[in-house]
Amino acid sequence: MATTAVTPERANYLNAEYGVKSWLLTVDHKRIALLYLLSVTLFFFLGGFFALLIRLELLTPAGDLMQADTYNKVFTMHGIIMVFFFLIPVVPAVLGNFLMPIMIGAKDLAFPRINLLSWYLYVIGGLLILHCMLTGGVDTGWTFYPPFSTSFSNTKVVEAGLAVFVSGFSSILTGLNFIVTVHRMRAPGMTWDRLPLFVWANYATSIVMILGTPVVAITIVLVALERTLHLGIFDPKLGGDPLLFQHLFWFYSHPAVYIMILPSMGVISELITCFSRKRVFGYKFVALSSVAIAVLGFLVWAHHMFVAGMSLYAGLIFSFLSFFVAVPSAIKVFNWTATLYKGSISFTTPMLYAFGFLGLFTMGGLTGLFLAALGVDVHVTDTYFIVAHFHYIMVGGVLMGYLGGMHFWWPKISGRMYPEFWGKLSALIVFLGFNLTFFPQFILGYMGMPRRYWQYPPEFQILNVLSTAGASVLAVGYLLPMIYFVWSMRYGKPAPDNPWNAAGLEWMTSSPPPTYNFDETPVVTWEAYNYEELNKKEEVPVER
Amino acid sequence: MSDSEVAVHNPALRHHFAEVEQQRNASSLGMWLFLVTEVMFFGGMFCAYLVYRTAHFGDFAAASSTLDLKLGTINTAVLILSSLTVVMAVWAAQTGKQKALVMYLLLTIVLGLAFLGVKGVEYAEKFEKHHVPGPTFHFAGAIPGHPDHPADPRHAEMFFSLYFVMTGMHAVHMIIGIGLFAFLAFKASRGAYTPAYFTPIENAGLYWHFVDIIWIYLFPLLYLIDRHK
Amino acid sequence: MSEHISSPRLYVGIWLSLMVLTVVTVVAAQIDLGAFNTIVALTIASLKAVLVVLFFMHVKYAHERMIKPVIAAALFFLFLLLALSMADFATRLWI
Ligand SMILES: [Cu+2]
Repeated sequence: MATTAVTPERANYLNAEYGVKSWLLTVDHKRIALLYLLSVTLFFFLGGFFALLIRLELLTPAGDLMQADTYNKVFTMHGIIMVFFFLIPVVPAVLGNFLMPIMIGAKDLAFPRINLLSWYLYVIGGLLILHCMLTGGVDTGWTFYPPFSTSFSNTKVVEAGLAVFVSGFSSILTGLNFIVTVHRMRAPGMTWDRLPLFVWANYATSIVMILGTPVVAITIVLVALERTLHLGIFDPKLGGDPLLFQHLFWFYSHPAVYIMILPSMGVISELITCFSRKRVFGYKFVALSSVAIAVLGFLVWAHHMFVAGMSLYAGLIFSFLSFFVAVPSAIKVFNWTATLYKGSISFTTPMLYAFGFLGLFTMGGLTGLFLAALGVDVHVTDTYFIVAHFHYIMVGGVLMGYLGGMHFWWPKISGRMYPEFWGKLSALIVFLGFNLTFFPQFILGYMGMPRRYWQYPPEFQILNVLSTAGASVLAVGYLLPMIYFVWSMRYGKPAPDNPWNAAGLEWMTSSPPPTYNFDETPVVTWEAYNYEELNKKEEVPVER
Repeated sequence: MSDSEVAVHNPALRHHFAEVEQQRNASSLGMWLFLVTEVMFFGGMFCAYLVYRTAHFGDFAAASSTLDLKLGTINTAVLILSSLTVVMAVWAAQTGKQKALVMYLLLTIVLGLAFLGVKGVEYAEKFEKHHVPGPTFHFAGAIPGHPDHPADPRHAEMFFSLYFVMTGMHAVHMIIGIGLFAFLAFKASRGAYTPAYFTPIENAGLYWHFVDIIWIYLFPLLYLIDRHK
Repeated sequence: MSEHISSPRLYVGIWLSLMVLTVVTVVAAQIDLGAFNTIVALTIASLKAVLVVLFFMHVKYAHERMIKPVIAAALFFLFLLLALSMADFATRLWI
């Protein structure tokens, strides 16, 4: 691959216009993706800062760094920021926004101005939560359970709710835009069975965004009305049932896990095929399993409520259904493994992240099966076992996919290569740091340490110290990529159009792409992941 | 903007679409997906309604029978009529009748305001009767069909909570719709919409019909519980 | 763009049917049908909704193919929300 052919002066979306206004008023999906990248990263480090406070407090059994009230606010802020302002938008709004139109050969998303509106809604929601944080915070946990949130908490529940509400509409509009784009903007020849799996994954994610988010929006409105106007929808004093809140909340918030994980799964599909130089094993199964996860994800929500006083019979139904959603996830893992089999695997940074994803997601998924079982769940509900489980999925899974994708597509996004050595190092540090942080929490939870407390009995200290040490390692692992990505924008090697010799339309346009993505609308005549053909054409070593 | 290729055909065709048909289908699909989110949004409230109505049926019937059926029916008729004027506005846009378009839009606004006015009268009555949830709430009524069995005022308060949330959220949607139509009527009077391009009219129309459908369900669910007793 | 334009006469006809159905539902509510009162009321409401969707919202003649699947999906997931929630509330007191 001749890197000399790249001239930095070539017209692209980055040098098309300059100035703050050209960014804040842009309707180019690639620029909006970068706006998201910036804002999402800010929130990630803010959420991470709160995580660090939590881990510092838990270093010792006594409450020395902060007292209960502060601790409640800190873990609530950590949850709200990480869930609604980082994990939900991170992969779809950054990588999805940037790549979806290019991957299907379109000039932009179907509604570019609505796309920009989504970002502004996200920012408004973000400012609201920052304001809430700076003027007193909120202590309900990210779940806003009544009657505590409606009748007892003296913190800024309504404002935090409003922030979530507004950012929810950002997510709804993104989903709407993606669905219309996939249906109506595909290039000639880009049939459904030729769509990249990342597009399939984002499509499935969008379904969840559109169907789930409005329900949590109205639920939060009801909580706010109950707090301010004393309406009694969830109030036991009026014959209301707090469990109704939990039903409505988890109707969204369980599927929300799939909003987070599905796009990352899509990333992993791209990475594994590219770096095994093979067509993905069972394309149709992987593609449709995304949609199956999106649909089945709506059938299992009450597994969060097994000990909340729900009907035993409903518990049985939801336990049974919860096992089902593991099937499409397992299909994916098996198909990825089969893709690796006899592939010529190269251990680049993105691939290391993909392997990390496989390990962590599998751990998270299997412990999820423990929790789906009614009896085991009763034992570990509200312990650190749960905390470890969902961090393995939401942080281990989502972040590994996100970082893997960021490394994979960074040459396309920035037009520069990142330093491979530092990339590999960071992947290793993240993987080790993550496991050191969260594996001890499985044991802690199983031993009975409850979540959301600022103190604990001294016998839990060793494992908590390990966890805190892991968190520090993890922080280094997350800071590293940020530093060298920024560094590479100036000093990185100029990236060729297709540095990985990868399949997919995004690699057929220049790096970075021109404003309308392609000089000419592409016509697709080949199957997705035609690596067998690509390998024949050119024996390109993916060196370093 | 590197607008080297200025659209030579339909000026309403935006650059990233290949053809008008594609653009129209995209915007109509987008609008319908938005309505899906609205269905789920109201769905949360309908879920709450279903749960509590099943649990406290008699008390809900007692509370429901205090609503003004006459005003409710009139409002239903007003809203259905406004759906007709909206669909006629779309028709006027389709056939290029600009004056008729503006007139139908204004008529819709008037009908929408009439609906809200009647709703306001009903709300005022709730305040007078202390049927507004909160510390001043008071309810004394018997369960329909059981004159010596008083309804539980707490459950009646739950009914009125749902009543205000559901009709209130519906009214908010109507206010947004009225604002939308005012804007469109202004643009239409300046000739912004032609048979070749009237997507905003079409989509605002879809929104209004959706709001109408919500009311079509709210009316029997809130006003017509066990009226025969 | 071969687009279907319905006649105003059709619209007025639909409007008249909606008005008639409104009267029917109010009258039906005054008659004791036992458990059927609710069913009748909701059936009439659904009938009205279908008329509005098909004719006023032009779904019958829509050129965008995805609209009907989209509506079906919305109804299906609304049903899931209601049915699975009720799976709890309706069986709470069984032992
Ligand atoms: Cu769950």
